[in-house]
Order: sequence, then structure tokens, then C-alpha cells
Amino acid sequence: MAASTDAKTAHPSGDKRFHLLEVAIRRQQHQQSALIEVLHAAQQLFGYLELDVLYFIAHHLKLPLSKVYGVATFYHLFCLKPPGKHTCVICTGTACYVKGADRLLEAASEFGHVQPGGTTADGELSLLTARCIGACGIAPTAVVDGAIHGHVTAEGLVQLLRGCLNRGPS
Amino acid sequence: MDLPELLDLAERERRQRKPLEVRCCVAAGCQSAGSEAVLKELRSGVQSAGLQQEVAVRGVGCMRLCCQGPLVQTAPAGQLFYKVQPSQAASIVSSLRGGQADAHLGDANSPFFTLQASVVLANSGRIDPERIEDYIAADGYQALARVLTEQTPAAVIDTITRSGLRGRGGAGYPTGVKWAMVAKAKSDRKFVVCNADEGDPGAFMNRSVLESDPHSVLEGMAIAGYAVGASQGYVYIRGEYPLATQRLQTAIKQAGRLRLLGAHVLNSAFDFRIDIRIGAGAFVCGEETALMASIMGERGTPRPRPPYPAERGLWDCPTLLNNVETFANIPTIIRRGADWYASMGTAKSKGTKVFALTGKVRNTGLVEVPLGTPLRRIVEDIGGGVPHGKLKAVQTGGPSGGCIPAELLDTPVDYESLGKLGSIMGSGGMIVMDQDNNMVDVARFFMSFCMDESCGKCIPCRAGTVQLTRLLTRLLERRGTRRDLETLESLCTMVRDASLCGLGQTAPNPVLSTLRYFRHEYEALLQDR
Repeated sequence: MAASTDAKTAHPSGDKRFHLLEVAIRRQQHQQSALIEVLHAAQQLFGYLELDVLYFIAHHLKLPLSKVYGVATFYHLFCLKPPGKHTCVICTGTACYVKGADRLLEAASEFGHVQPGGTTADGELSLLTARCIGACGIAPTAVVDGAIHGHVTAEGLVQLLRGCLNRGPS
Repeated sequence: MDLPELLDLAERERRQRKPLEVRCCVAAGCQSAGSEAVLKELRSGVQSAGLQQEVAVRGVGCMRLCCQGPLVQTAPAGQLFYKVQPSQAASIVSSLRGGQADAHLGDANSPFFTLQASVVLANSGRIDPERIEDYIAADGYQALARVLTEQTPAAVIDTITRSGLRGRGGAGYPTGVKWAMVAKAKSDRKFVVCNADEGDPGAFMNRSVLESDPHSVLEGMAIAGYAVGASQGYVYIRGEYPLATQRLQTAIKQAGRLRLLGAHVLNSAFDFRIDIRIGAGAFVCGEETALMASIMGERGTPRPRPPYPAERGLWDCPTLLNNVETFANIPTIIRRGADWYASMGTAKSKGTKVFALTGKVRNTGLVEVPLGTPLRRIVEDIGGGVPHGKLKAVQTGGPSGGCIPAELLDTPVDYESLGKLGSIMGSGGMIVMDQDNNMVDVARFFMSFCMDESCGKCIPCRAGTVQLTRLLTRLLERRGTRRDLETLESLCTMVRDASLCGLGQTAPNPVLSTLRYFRHEYEALLQDR
């Protein structure tokens, strides 16, 4: 029995992450209503949702691919393109907007030669915006590689970015 | 676990308390200012001073004054330190025994603190959100235990109705009436859903409550489950709130282990499970029908109401949907009684409300006040006023709300008064603006937000928000005419009246309210003025 389950989960690529994804799907008891949880799990494993992953999920939850794709593209947090090695998220919520988030966005965009939502040509940095990270008390805020920074200035942000790009793996 | 055991555990926990305590805020605001390192240094400071027997170091929830984080407070002395650096931790520890603290001593008796109330935030900043024993020692889960052993569901609903509590998500629907509707619905399966999809930009009350006192929300949900006859609850939480999600997960696990959730809650016949559903970044999912679609794994698009969720909600079963803050109010109301709760607030808006005060104001952070408190007291006395220049407007209710001009600052903050001014209470975001903020630009900011977040299901919202954003941009680029201004106004009315859900129906509010109070700013931008 176990062997047949294994044979079913094996992905032609041999990528072990698909096995972990299958475990995550099993933990949700293959419930179709857990699609969003499964997509979260997949994005955590793979970093983004490539088409192959969406096929895999559709197959295992017995859902049409159109539905899986429809849900994955509806929600902003799901990313269908590979992200850069480092990410910089500028909060553009109201409190940050009032305190000049547009200047941060401009500075980061200019520093990386990248438009908001895009990734630098060398794949080093993704520049993203968030609708509000809920840290309004310390606005304006930026999230660099997962760490929230408050009361950020344009100069401070550029320094942060310079630091993380130099330190990061080459 | 049953009621005597619960009381026993609370008593034991209180007896074991050390005489002195140092509390360090570990909610998201202070954490991003580096409070984790401060907490670590406080712990090792107590160790190296050999004070483990007398001094407890506690990581606690939000202490409200986010702009001065990381915050550290001593108890029982109540000294509050601002912007604490890890290097200052040892001196704060030594100050407990009469030494001098080498840290910025703040004023815990300033109006920011003394003018506030503490109902929803009573435990916030006092208990460790990751220890259920702390919550139990603060009388936690006693309301649930008493309800299960002493009260009928109808009596619980009656208490909530008499308390006058209204939905804290923004619309202000009477909570007791909603509960009674779900309780009346006939079905084998019912659900309780907590809306923690706090999408309004500029609002972080629900995040703070979940990070600071998650058990109060769980207890409130369980009481609701008993009252309406549901055995399954869901918390739908924003994907942008990882810390709140993690604390909630911990809390659910701890409560399950003590049999305060799950099968046979507190040895009764009542079963109640709570699961978390994590959102994925869609503002529209704060709307109740879209939220339910998202819980069921669908695209978060709303559907027409009726049928309301109370009749047909999750998987077509009767579903009770309330906001985080609404649930957080429940245990206290049960413990202290409906009359006590109804003694706070105004004739139609009872109790307290938590606001997130941000923008151009000296003290930014969380504010809890009785409803009916004048806006001026919140912004000028508690908030300390605008740091540079003059107050121009206060925005409430996020993208569904409006801007209240400085001359109307004496308005009491309650559901009806704000509605009359063309704004709404909303979930509690309050953003202060000064002379540097152009109101047409503010209107465009919110409109482009709604444009991005429109789910695209109905045309008035999908196309209307695009056209409104274009018109506002044209005005801002000084290419607009009087005709454009007229089109803007009529289009606003159309989008408001014809959209399917709350997102579209309220999207024009920021434009309409700024047109009402700051029309001259629009007119100054016209080509043919």
C-alpha cells in the first residue's frame, strides 16, 4: 500500500519538494476547500508557483487546472514568477503614504533600476509593495528580506539595500 | 478541566508570581524596533544580578504607544521606558532595587495613558500572549466555564443583546441580534467565523489584539459557538500577519491541551474546534460573503445578500461572522455583566472601541476609549496633536470612510455621528493629516486602492473605480475641467448605488467626503476655474 502511494507521489523530475507538498496535501485530507492552504504550502516550498506545481496540485486535489490557476492568480500573495534573491517590500498603506512612502518607493526603484512589482535583471532584488503591513505606528515602513524596518528614510533604505545585496550569496 | 480546576490553576498561578516584574513588548511594532534583543538582555540581566527569585521577565503584548518602541515597563512601580536599547537592559533591572536606570524614562501618567479605557486591551501589555496560564490567571476562560455550567444559550444571547455591543468590523450591526438569528436557524451544522482579515490600510487593532491576547478571541468564539449551536469555528486571518497567526496557532494548541477547546469543552457536552484559515492578500475578502468563499478555497468574490450568512453561509450552513474585537469583548461582558458594559458609551453606541491612531500626530499607537469620546480628545489630548503645523483632517474608516475636517473635531466618535458626517467608524483606523496633505491626492490614493482591489465581478465597481481614478489623476495633473468635476460626482453616485458589495458601494466615500469639506482644493486644480 505504502509503495503504491509513493509511486503516485513521485514526480518525474525526482524533486523531493513534491513529496513534501504531497504530505501537506495529505495533512489537509485532500480537501478541495483547502486549496489556498495548499498553495501557501507550495509557495513556501518552491518560492513561487510554477505551472508544474499548479498541475501537481490540481491533480492531487482533483480540481480542474483552470480553478487552481484562477485562485492562484486572484490573490496578491501568490507569485507565479520566480522572485529575486532578496526582496524589498515597501508598505504603501495610508499611514505610510501620509508619511511619504512614495519617496521610499522612488528611491528603491532608482537604486535597483527596477519597477515596483519587478525583479532586477540579475535576479538579485525584487521590489514589491504591500497594502499595509499593520505596523502603522512606526510608519513609514519597509520589509527587507523579511525584517520590518520602521521610521525609514529614503537614504536609510538605500543603505539597507546596499548592505543586503553585498552581504547576500553571490 | 472543569470550573473548580480552572479557578485552582488561576489561584496557583497568581500565588507563584514573583514580587517584581519587568515587561517588554513583543508585539509586531516593538519587535521590528528590536524588542527581542532587549527581552533577551533583560533575562540575562536578571540572571547575572542573581534576581531570579524576585524578578520575572515577561514578554507581553502591545503597550499602545508604538512610536516609542521598544517599550519596557516595570511592575508594580509602573515605570515606563521608551526606545530601550539592549545595552540599557541591565540598568533597568538594577533600577528595580533602587539603582538608576540608564534609559529614557517615559511618562506613564501622561494623558495618552490616563484618558484611555481598558476593556478589549485590559490584558494587552500585561500578560504573555504565548502562555495560556497568564490568561487564566487574569480570570481567562472563566466566562466560558460559567456559561457552560450555569446559562442556557438563550440567556447568553440575552446578555449580549442587553449589553448593546455592536459589530466592531465597521458596520455596527447589533451583535446580539445577529447571534439570535443564527441560533434560530435550523440546521445540524453551523459555523462561527472570526473575521481577522484586517485589510484597511492604516489599521492594526486586530493584529495587536491577536498578538497580545489571542485567548480572549478564542474564548469569545467558543461562547458564541455555545450560544448559536455551532461546533466548528474558523479564524480567517491576513497572510500579512505572520506573528499574529503564529500566536493564534500556539493559543489554539494550548487551549486544546487543557480541554478548553475541542471535544467536551470543560467536561461538558459542548464540542468546539477552531481552525485557522490564512488569507492571501485580497482586500475584498474582508467582505463577509467573499471571506466565506475564500475559506472554502474559492476566489474571494462576493455574492448578493440575502441570503445572509446567518441563513446560508459556509457550505450553505448558518454561519455567524464577527470581527476580532467583537469576540474579544465577549468574555468581559459575560464576566462583568451587560449593565456594566452598557454603562459605557452613548445611547446607541455602547462600550469602548480600539483605534489605531497614526499619521501626522505625536503619539502614534493603539487607543481604546469609550464610544462617544470627542474626536478632539483622541487626536489632541491622547495623540498630542500634530507635531509640525496644523491639523487639517482626520481620516476614519479606511477606503470605505471619509475625511473629517479640523472644524468638526468636536464630533463625538460613535456610529451615528460619524455616519452623519459622510464617514464611517470602520474597523478603527484613524489617520491624522496636516497642511502638507492634498485632499485630492488623498482621494486618489484611496480610489486607486479600490481599483486594484476590486474583484472584477460587477461592472460598476470594476470599471467605475478605473474611471474615477483617471478623473482624479487628470484633476491632479491640472488637466481637469468643471465638466470633469461634474462627471466625477455623478459617477461616484452611480458606483455607490449600483455596486454589488461593500467595497464598491463605499469606494466613492473618500471622494464624496473630501468634495464635501474640501471642494476648494478640487476647484483650485481646474483648468477653467
